[in-house]
Amino acid sequence: MIRVIASLAFLLLINTPAMARGTGDLGLFIERASSSVQIVETSSNTSIGSVAGLGDLSHASVVYSRDQRYAYIFGRDGGLTKVDILKAEISQRKLQSGNSIGGAISQDGRLVAVSNYKPGGVKVFDADTLELVADIPATFGDNNQRSKVIGLVDAPEGKFVFALWDAGEIWVLDMSQRDRPVIEKFKNIGRNPYDALITGDGRYYIAGLFGEDGMAMLDLWNPSAGVKRILPDYGKGEQKLPVFKMPHLEGWAVAGDLAFVPAIGAHEVLVINMRDWQEAGRIKVHGQPIFVMARPDGRQVWVNFAIPNNDTIQVIDTQTLAVIKQLKPGKGVLHMEFEPRGEEVWLSVRDENRVEVYDTRSFERRNTIPATKPSGIFFTARAHRIGL
Amino acid sequence: MKAITWLALSLILSASPVAAADGISGEREQELQNLLIQDCGSCHGLQMKGGLGPALLPEALRGKSAEYLSTVILHGRTGTAMPPWRFLLSEAEARWMAERLLQGVTQ
Ligand code: HEC
Repeated sequence: MIRVIASLAFLLLINTPAMARGTGDLGLFIERASSSVQIVETSSNTSIGSVAGLGDLSHASVVYSRDQRYAYIFGRDGGLTKVDILKAEISQRKLQSGNSIGGAISQDGRLVAVSNYKPGGVKVFDADTLELVADIPATFGDNNQRSKVIGLVDAPEGKFVFALWDAGEIWVLDMSQRDRPVIEKFKNIGRNPYDALITGDGRYYIAGLFGEDGMAMLDLWNPSAGVKRILPDYGKGEQKLPVFKMPHLEGWAVAGDLAFVPAIGAHEVLVINMRDWQEAGRIKVHGQPIFVMARPDGRQVWVNFAIPNNDTIQVIDTQTLAVIKQLKPGKGVLHMEFEPRGEEVWLSVRDENRVEVYDTRSFERRNTIPATKPSGIFFTARAHRIGL
Repeated sequence: MKAITWLALSLILSASPVAAADGISGEREQELQNLLIQDCGSCHGLQMKGGLGPALLPEALRGKSAEYLSTVILHGRTGTAMPPWRFLLSEAEARWMAERLLQGVTQ
């Protein structure tokens, strides 16, 4: 009895007061020059802590455990770090490859997959222990070359999907039995897929192509139908503008039947009708779009741009397909993240060393948080969304 | 006292030898350095260890001339993801970047 009480008291001691809060309004942003993240709270629009020692964080991305307590941070140097955002400390860290680009967490939250540039492939780790579960080299061609892997996402039924930049392939990795990975390969999907996304229902995987016109689409409900080319005529015969930064397809922006994606080599946002996958419009914008992200209710789409136009944000109204607002938050607007229900959006303004919070209705600035070269912003609401 | 002033002055002068030669201002050099690390870094890695584009460390570039590298920077490589930067950089600025790459870029 006394032992029980003692251990109860101990439990209370270690669990309070720091732990006595939820994490649904938390998130973090990357500070890529200082190898650190700041932990933020969206209810108060403030920074509540920071964690350092995370290695090379250029192009770093983050996924969350399903309890929304742990952030898995994928660094460029191959570092995979599990950060406890309640305690603001590293709970585990592993250098898993030479050069990584992104990651995903499985549907059941038990596996974390990392995609690597060098050596090209995907590694799958146990989400608790970060122990290696599967190593999938992205080999292709006659000489077993290794391809850079991009566009890694989680999909329903215990799968991961990714694309091979050098090989022009899409692979579906079934990890539902963790000791028996099954790979299904789709070849000749088009040259140089540069990023990919999966629709919010987990059904369609779409890769953007750098080396060819159009996008490659795989219907995961009907994989035997193979990969189809959508928007095949987009950009045909047109002089391509230089692409100073690869667009991202992460923010699958959907409003009703319409989807919005960045064009590549043109200063346009493409509108796709998802009923027939035909082009439904092109919206002229301020530069090469990088992120094209829908406010969670789908009524607005926010767009940022590549250098030399990366001081600007444009907002598109999804009913009229018109640009309704242009903001100039400052030099180097790298990323944006909506709060879970979309009333506010956070922007990282790299070259001005700050993160800003805007009201999405009035477009007024709500707060500014000092930061060191901030890049990606990731809120815990991602934990419960397919493909994020 | 005078000696200290002279020392300070010569330090300032020697801090940007390339600037003097190429007419790139100190402020512009700062911008170029930021562009090199952050924007070139988005493909080549912040530490130039490679990403979508190859590593641009001195070891990786050994045997390549500054002239060759600045031509690639200005004109890009058609058919690859390396874009032409001549719309944003002058010849002297591309050359400055090429030389920085050969020396090794530190943050
Ligand atoms: C959008 C991605 C991207 C960006 C941004 C980018 N590069 Fe590149 N770069 C590449 C790729 C890909 C190659 C390899 C091209 C090939 O396959 O020949 C390359 C090649 C090069 C090379 C030739 C290396 C060699 O060994 O021949 C140099 C030099 C270079 N880049 C410098 C730069 C500089 C300086 C910047 C910034 C001003 C920059 N790059 C920005 C993608 C990029």
